[in-house]
Amino acid sequence: MAEFTLPRNSKVKKGLHWKVPADKAGESGKTRSFKVYRWNPDTGENPRLDTYDVPVERMGQMVLDALIWIKNNVDSSLTFRRSCREGVCGSCSMNIDGTNTLACTKNLDDVRGDVAVYPLPHRPVVKDLVPDLNQLYSQLASIEPWLKTDSPAPSRERYQSVEDRAKLDGLWECILCFSCSTACPSYWWNGDRYLGPAILLQAYRWLADSRDEATGERLDALEDPFRLYRCHTIMNCTKTCPKGLNPAKAITEIKKMMVERRG
Amino acid sequence: MTDQDTPVQRPLSPHLQVYRLPLLPLMSITHRVTGVGLAFGTLVLAWWLAALATGPGAYDLFIRFMNPLGGLALLGWMIAIAYHFCNGIRHLIWDTGHALDLGSAERAGYLVLVGWLVLSAVMVGSALLFWLS
Repeated sequence: MAEFTLPRNSKVKKGLHWKVPADKAGESGKTRSFKVYRWNPDTGENPRLDTYDVPVERMGQMVLDALIWIKNNVDSSLTFRRSCREGVCGSCSMNIDGTNTLACTKNLDDVRGDVAVYPLPHRPVVKDLVPDLNQLYSQLASIEPWLKTDSPAPSRERYQSVEDRAKLDGLWECILCFSCSTACPSYWWNGDRYLGPAILLQAYRWLADSRDEATGERLDALEDPFRLYRCHTIMNCTKTCPKGLNPAKAITEIKKMMVERRG
Repeated sequence: MTDQDTPVQRPLSPHLQVYRLPLLPLMSITHRVTGVGLAFGTLVLAWWLAALATGPGAYDLFIRFMNPLGGLALLGWMIAIAYHFCNGIRHLIWDTGHALDLGSAERAGYLVLVGWLVLSAVMVGSALLFWLS
């Protein structure tokens, strides 16, 4: 059943205000405020929203630049995942200015006023901006995201026509940042049983692959009131995808395959 | 402090509290809300028709139960079904795999809103005309 409010231990309290350290001030003295979700598993306290003032000359271009500046110069305990800093690895996905996206590709010019930064929504929090994504990883494993074949392996690679290869465009680019799944209200309320947009896009990536021979078996595994059919075309997934992909379309294509195979 | 014997009670990260909901999700929620409302409203409507067919006694009971807010509820039912109908057409188109890119989905959303306003105006307008005459 959908739980619209946060549990008592998850309510966000007012936090600390971190001013710019005297020796780190910018030339103009102008600052921008970052409101950042903090939770420390060692204190047993509720999460809080800290405010960090960052000199505009130092904050850099992207949200991730500013977070790294804060960590290096103001508060080394601020915890977040990041790696490639160029939108390829999918590590730094978080909720910025009310929408899930990658901190490394979210331009600060695209955010008006204070910059609100929260972890990906409706996930257990490991620390600060680091959510627990284990449920999503096991759901990804459950759709068996690899090429499955019955026919004997050819002596060379399995050929695929240019047209068949083109069917995978818009699917293979997913970097598994899970911005979409954690933006989906259906996944918020039924994430334990509904697979969610990220996993279903991956499922379709293998259903759409001309070389894969397990289509029937894959569809059987998805034919379930929850795993597939909790998608109600809310479109938050497509709206939020930092790579411009369309999970809503992929899910609809799976539903169409279900209908078509009934004949 | 925590140790291995006492697992950490992890908080749930904020969701509805912080997520910015633009046109598409708002229209989706409205579809759900009008759907639930119509399910109840249509039962009342069925009671109305059944009372009408049964006779003066049953009809009198219905009228006494519904007054004075029955008329308003009926107007609300009309506005809700106008929305659910227009947005339902968009859902049918989506189910065929069309208009699922962001641009088309949003344009279709605005079209639904226009259709809803027109249909509501026609239904509510004719109802008011009928009552006033």
